Formats: sequence, structure tokens, C-alpha cells
Amino acid sequence: MANDKAKDPMEDAVGTITLQVFRYRPEKEEEPVYETFEVPYQEDWMVLDALNHVKDQMDGSLSYRWSCRMGVCGSCGMSVNGEPVLTCATYIEELLPGPIRIDPLRGFPVIRDLVGDLGDFMEKLQRVKPWIIRAEEEPLEAGAIPQTPGQVEEYRQYSMCINCMLCYAACPIYELEPGFIGPAAIALAQRYNLDSRDDGAEERMEILSRKEGVWDCTLVGECSVVCPKDVDPAGAIQRYKVAATMDWFRSLLTPGRSG
Amino acid sequence: MDVVSHDVLLVGGGGAGLRAAIAVAEHNPGLRIGVLSKVYPMRSHTVSAEGGSAAVIGENDTLDDHAYDTISGGDWLCDQDAVEFFVEEAPRELLRMERWGCPWSRKTNGTIATRSFGGMKHDRTWFAADKTGFHLLHTLFQTTLSHPPIQRHDEWFATRLLVEGGRCHGVVAIELATGKVHAVLARAVVLCTGGAGSVFPFTTNANIKTGDGMGLAYRAGVPLKDMEFVQYHPTGLPFTGILITEAARAEGGWLVNEEGYRYLQDYDLGEPKDEPVRRSMELGPRDRLSQAFEGEREKGRTIEGPYGEVVHLDLRHLGEKVIDEKLPFVRELCRKYEKIDPVEELIPVRPVVHYMMGGIHVDMDGATPLAGLYAAGETACININGANRLGSNSLTALLVFGARAGRAAAEFAQGSSDPPRSVLAQALEEEERLHRRVLGRSREGGERLASVREDLLQIMEERAGIFRDGAGLQAGLSQVEELRRRFAEIALDDRSLTFNTELTHYLELENLLDVGETILRSALERTESRGAHQRTDHSERNDDDFLTHSLCYREEDGSSRVEFEPVTITRWPPEERHYGE
Repeated sequence: MANDKAKDPMEDAVGTITLQVFRYRPEKEEEPVYETFEVPYQEDWMVLDALNHVKDQMDGSLSYRWSCRMGVCGSCGMSVNGEPVLTCATYIEELLPGPIRIDPLRGFPVIRDLVGDLGDFMEKLQRVKPWIIRAEEEPLEAGAIPQTPGQVEEYRQYSMCINCMLCYAACPIYELEPGFIGPAAIALAQRYNLDSRDDGAEERMEILSRKEGVWDCTLVGECSVVCPKDVDPAGAIQRYKVAATMDWFRSLLTPGRSG
Repeated sequence: MDVVSHDVLLVGGGGAGLRAAIAVAEHNPGLRIGVLSKVYPMRSHTVSAEGGSAAVIGENDTLDDHAYDTISGGDWLCDQDAVEFFVEEAPRELLRMERWGCPWSRKTNGTIATRSFGGMKHDRTWFAADKTGFHLLHTLFQTTLSHPPIQRHDEWFATRLLVEGGRCHGVVAIELATGKVHAVLARAVVLCTGGAGSVFPFTTNANIKTGDGMGLAYRAGVPLKDMEFVQYHPTGLPFTGILITEAARAEGGWLVNEEGYRYLQDYDLGEPKDEPVRRSMELGPRDRLSQAFEGEREKGRTIEGPYGEVVHLDLRHLGEKVIDEKLPFVRELCRKYEKIDPVEELIPVRPVVHYMMGGIHVDMDGATPLAGLYAAGETACININGANRLGSNSLTALLVFGARAGRAAAEFAQGSSDPPRSVLAQALEEEERLHRRVLGRSREGGERLASVREDLLQIMEERAGIFRDGAGLQAGLSQVEELRRRFAEIALDDRSLTFNTELTHYLELENLLDVGETILRSALERTESRGAHQRTDHSERNDDDFLTHSLCYREEDGSSRVEFEPVTITRWPPEERHYGE
């Protein structure tokens, strides 16, 4: 969403804010540097609006991602004063008097300026098989597979993930154990495991029950703190661990059943 | 130059592109499928759609009623054969989404819940709370991950179509992370790049919606159809343009003016009732509601806010429980972005550019006049939306016609040969243009990219807004011509190859200029008023002369030219539109 550009940004400025922005231009500098911009801001501006002002009016070479400006596309996650946030949903006035330090999300290789490489997440997401797996396919003519509001509620929270990567940036394990599948991907695996239409939990167990699946997680819980959509990945992981442990005990106690 | 080859290439990874990709994979898993998108697919603007997706499911509803609502809503500019196919296929497509895991909201007995939407005789909008587009997009994206033949090129930006011998053979694209220019060859290409709301200053559309596919097709000689029809959604939040879904009115919300009066009753939209009445008042069609706002503004009955005139959307009488259950995202958006709580307070709203009825000229198969080139979703125009799209038809349309275009493209690819290597000369030429002529241009003296873009947006709002006239449109065209001269002189700050977003913004602006020009040109040539196209100098609908689609072509010299072709009428002859009882 574009802000109403009919307004002259200078005209309605309520003050000036100092941004200290992480810059890394691989063709230009070996090491990242911080660049300072003094930006006139309006009362209703988010951090993203200030970055857009820099790009439009001061330095067109500043690189970052954004799109919807309504907190649902998941593009504009950055580290603001050390906290992973959606910059389109973080008011400047909440960060006064500044300066505001803006870094790329922690834990992702930096491509350029505030743009991180999400390739690792995309690969991990695919590995947890985040799609409906049915034991048997019914023809469409059979109509919708019934699902009560209560059954939708079972997985609804975990289906709200916008893949913004704030939880990976906040996760102390992901930084230390790059193989860790990570909060969002596990939450999405659980989203399907808990869907009454899905029969794929056993297939997903192959990856989730490994060390780099749920067991790498030490339940610090930072992922759930920073999640802008209240997905609660920590809860998803904990719930999976309990279920997996119960399964393991059952396999010990049930004759003839192998783990 | 790197060369990548596919059988079918989808350009754009939103709802239409992903649905098309799955359709190709299911049609023939042996085909090599590429999805090329300038953003990661789950960032696409489909994600922002809120209210729902229409398909007949209720016992009292009929396909004919869905068709009639669509056609009358579109002020008889819809191609009725395409509408008939659309309404018939719609329930199957939404059921398919159900099979793939879309969390549709349910009734207590476990069946699909529906709500009504503007301009509808029956409840037929399926919804996933008020985040329907978000759930559709993520469901589609996650489902594509289960299809190994689908190979993605995430964050690649298409800059040119490869055309030779009257056929499209692929695209040239920049890989953003490296700045490398690739020739992406394909036997069939489907453009699914979305609309172009960003050509207006105040829009619900994401920043990425810059009419890229429309620009690519137009510059390759493919006409853009019905571009004069731009939908204003009546309820956007001021300043941000964030959409407050029509579902808020379907659940019973009221639009009131400065005096707290439900002003729509003064605009031939029926009598106010406490409960929502279909095809009446707040559930009238979007064009009429947005025009009514302009009427109130002229009468001085709107409310002056910090970001211009607004009216109020009142949800308070619905109560917290209904709002949290049916409209949680509306509450979240109001609290976060407007700092108000709709449970307790009035929501300030104003009309906001939301959707392009027009787009790349295609038939029901999504085929353009250029062999091997297809299009689907908002970037395409068949036209099922006519002069005014009915709310909740667009999500369904990108599924129905995304799937159909995917199948048609797969068929075409199976029956055709690989692209000739000679097209690589064009790709090299494009690489030369991007790396030398654009990135290598002087930084001295030229003006900033943003100032040209902002002027374009202001021209569009002033000349091609809710009400237009011939003199203004003509003036707008001259202004855009002048902007093209300024565009050629823009100075860029960034010469880097690595993730150069200034370069993409520059190329997007090129697309926006084409889109803006075609909107103005088509609006100038249509000397009547119909649906979302209202001319103060030709205020009546004129079926004798304009029961036609406009086709805007790019001439050799870069200017634009409009031709008209007849609308397809099957069973619903033109009538006067009637709302409110």
C-alpha cells in the first residue's frame, strides 16, 4: 500500500529522527558500515515510512524489502534497535527520541544492506511437507470434507504464520545450530498435523523427530514473544515434543509396535 | 548470458500464477514448469485480500443468480459466455482449495459457511475469517511445494518478452540477488503479475502492484482491454489506504456522514434497515457507493480529517463478539494502523483505488493474440468483471482462470517446438540496455525517480479519478507524454548489480507510465458513463455505441490507439441497473 503521496512529507513533519542504517554493498565495501540519515517524520509514520523517505528523497541506493504495508505480506522484517519487528507496523513515535538503529534480521546471510537471504528457510519449509497428505483422495463431487469450527480452531493459530522470519531472528538456537528446522517451519508442520483432514503426521515425523527437528529447541520461547501474528511457535514445538514422547512410551509398552 | 529453459513459464507467483502452476503439473507432470516472481510467492498481493471468494453453494442460490449479479454489477460490460463458465466452475475450484487445506470458516455442523457481499442476491461468499486471500495464497504456495516439477525463480524480475515469428518464446529477467540477466526460454508463458493500483496515489494495493505484465504485453504489441475501468473500493483507511473489507458491511456495518445519517438512501440504493439487506444500501455495488461518497463531499456532508475528507463506517452495534469472530483482521488493522477500536469507535473511511477491471486482452483460455502468451488473474481481462467487479469474484476468478490458462498453456507447450536459439539475440540486447544504458547512465543533473513517479500518480488521481471529463483526460495524456521525457532523464543513485531495488523501481515506473497512458486513452475514447467509468461530459450509458470493449494498442511511435470490439451477450440483454428492493 502506498501512502497518500498527495501529502508533502516535509509539510506535516512533527520532528526529525536519526536513523542509523546498516549498509553493506558487496561491490563497494568489504565490511558493513552504519550510515546516518536525519529524516523529517510525520505523526503516523512507521519505521518503514522513514526508510522510504530515505530511498525516495536522499539515497536511492538503500536496499530493503517491503510490499503490503499492512502487516500481512511478511516482507519488511528488520532488526530495529536490536529487536526483530515488522517495520511497517512499528511507529516511530514509540522509539523516540532516537536514534533508531536498523539492521537486517539476525541469522540470515546478508545479500545487500537490509536484505537477507531466505533460501535456507525456503528449503526447510519444503522438508516438513507443509501440505495436506490424505490417505485416500475423495472426488470433488463428494463435497467439502466436514470440519467443525472446533476442529478448525485446533490448527488455526499455527496457520496464521506469514513467514516474516522474525522468529528465526530471535531464536538463539538457529544462530548456533544452522541445521535446526526452526520455529516457523515446525509451527507450519504442526498446522497440518493438527488439521483433521490430514493423514501426514507420520511422514512429517521423519524430519520433526530428528535432533535438528524439535529436539534442538531448548524452549527459550523468544520466537513466540516476537511473533507479530501470535502464532506461538514455541507452543507448537512443546506440544509436538509431548506428543512425540507419549508416542515413544506407547511404542515401548505396546507389544509388536515398532517406533 | 545464462539461459534457463521451461516448457511452461508462469510469470508472477500470486494466486493465479500458483494455481496455474499446479494445473500444469496436474495436467502433465512431465512438463518443466517455471514460476518466476519478483517477490517470494507468499509475499504476492493476493495475501492482502480479506473478505472472501464467491461460489454458489447454498440450496436457494443458482448459477444463473451468480451470473446475473455479476453481469448487472458489471453494468452489462461482462462477456456472458465467460461469466457462465466462471460461475459453473467456481464451486469446484473452491472445493479444490478445501482439499488442499484452505481453512474455510465453517458452520457448527462442519459445512462451509458463507456470507453475503455487495451486489449479491444470496450468501455465496466463502471466507476464512477476514484473511481469505492470505489463507488462499499460503495454501496454494505450500501445495506447490509438493510438486517437484515446479521450479521457482524467486526474486527475479521480468523486463521483456522474447518474441519472434509471431510467437512468445520466454522472457528476459534480472536475478535480483546478483543482477545477472537471464534468458528464460519457454514454449508457453503465462503472465500472472497482478494489477496496477500503484499508478494511483491512494490505493489498497501493495507497493509491488505496478502493472508489470501489462507493460510487458503492451510493449510487445498485445492490446490492453477495458483499462478505463478502475475500481474504487468505498472503504479504505485514510493515509495508509488500508482496506476495510466489504465483509464489515455484510456483517451489518453502516456508512454514515457528518450528521450520523446513512446517506446511501439518497443515492437510489434503497431504504435503511437495521439488518443488512442484499443488493441494497451498504450492500450495493462498489462503484455506486464510491460515487455516493463524492456526492456527499459535494454537499459538504463529509467529515474533514487530517488526511482529507472521510465518512464513517459504524460497526459498534455489531458488538465485540461478532467483530472478533467474523472481522478480527479489521479490528487488528484499525487498532494498529488507525489507533482506534471499532468496537467502541467510528472508523474513518474514504474511497480508495482497489482493482483494475481492465488488463491484458485474453480469451477464456487466457490466450492473448500473441501465440504462446497467456495471462490470468488481475493482470488479464477476459472480461468477466465488466465495468465494475463484484466483491469476492476476484479470488475465485484467479483460481478458475488461473487453472484454465495453465491447462491451455500446457496443451500449447505439448504441441509446439522449443524456442529458436535466435531469440537469444534479443536477450543480449536487453542485457545491454539494462547494464549499460540504464545502470550506466549519468548521475548528473537528472531528477529523482520518486518525483516523476509522484507526479504520475497525481495526474492519474486528478484526471482519471471517480469522475472524469474529456478535457481533463486529454490534458492528462499530454502530461504523461511530458513525464516520459522526464523519465528518460532520471538520474539513478545505484549502479550496483547486487539487489538493486532502485533499478526495479525504475523499470516498474516504465510499466506504470504505460498503464497510466492506456487508462487515460481508453477513458478518453469511451464517451459514455458505465460502472466505474463516469464522465461528467457524457453522463449516460450508451448501449448503442458502447456495448463494447476497448482495446488499447501501442503504436510503432510509442503512442496509444484504441479500437472497440463487441461485448458477448448470451442470455441477459442489457437492462437498467437496479439496487435497493
